[in-house]
Amino acid sequence: MIKGIIGKKVGMTQVFDEDGVAIPVTVIQAGPCWVTQIKTEERDGYTAVQLGFEEVAADVADEKVRQRKVARRLKKPHRGHLGLLEPDEKRPERKKLSNPVPPLRYLREFRVEDISELEEGQKITVEVFEAGDRVDVVGISKGRGFAGTIKRHGFRRQPKTHGQSDRERAPGSIGSTSTPGRVRKGTRMAGRMGGQRVTSLNLEVVVVDPERNLMAVKGSVPGAQGGLVTIRQSVKQRS
Amino acid sequence: MSNDLIKSLEAPPNPNIPELRPGDVVRVHVRIVEGNRERVQVFPGTIIRLRKGGNNANFTVRRIASHGIGVERTFLLRSPRLEKVEVVRHSHVRRAQLYFLRNRRGKRATLKEKR
Repeated sequence: MIKGIIGKKVGMTQVFDEDGVAIPVTVIQAGPCWVTQIKTEERDGYTAVQLGFEEVAADVADEKVRQRKVARRLKKPHRGHLGLLEPDEKRPERKKLSNPVPPLRYLREFRVEDISELEEGQKITVEVFEAGDRVDVVGISKGRGFAGTIKRHGFRRQPKTHGQSDRERAPGSIGSTSTPGRVRKGTRMAGRMGGQRVTSLNLEVVVVDPERNLMAVKGSVPGAQGGLVTIRQSVKQRS
Repeated sequence: MSNDLIKSLEAPPNPNIPELRPGDVVRVHVRIVEGNRERVQVFPGTIIRLRKGGNNANFTVRRIASHGIGVERTFLLRSPRLEKVEVVRHSHVRRAQLYFLRNRRGKRATLKEKR
């Protein structure tokens, strides 16, 4: 079984453990996911499993409307990859997965050494984790826009008084004089901040709720509420 | 929707805790663990602060311990460590935070009972 799942960050709260200690947790709506592809050593040169998350237009009752919405929200190559297109004489290369999967919006890959127990179309739920497990959570951090050096790199600000003007949040010197006569590469300056892939390592799983497809991990998780996160067994726990 | 998801993991309100207000004189029964034994300790005093907020709500109780030393303790309202809270009496207060009690001692630090 693989120890990985895709989810959405719901928000933070605190829960009490059996000793009555309040633990800060991030609630994640995780799964259900389906195995959409298995990467093998022979064909791909490495072993991994690709999971899909979040069924598109799942709440639409009318089958025709649902089909139309799926077609609009997932592009044809995506649907073909999920085996949702019917093969015909002109397109014999269209393949079905060995087990059907619903139309899934997000696809993410997880490296797995042992793929023998996995099959296409297999359903993965939060039950792959249990309370006490250690996980890494990967997400896209909140975008901060064009941020100055104080916010972006933790520089200190300059004095507010003693004759200063307009220098409070300035970065200060960014280099020497005529030797070398240029600003060194990699000098930390203002610029775009956030919106990057960030991994929170070694978080403890506090709650797993298979009924609601929820899990809660101790501490914070990158990204905004509603942001996509992937959860995997912690790299620090593998030996 | 997401709010309901979060709420489903949070602790339910404790049925042994009545509605509390600032100024209430209370007896808080707290479970404490001594070694491997658990017992209930009572912390009597006046509520000088009450912060709402569902799962994270808390309140602070002030009492005068021996030698006239003021002791304040903050409890999480939904903590499973709270056995129960008894309200001894309600006081007539005109503000939400009763920090002014910290600067008073003796009889001046008592509040009038609400009728």
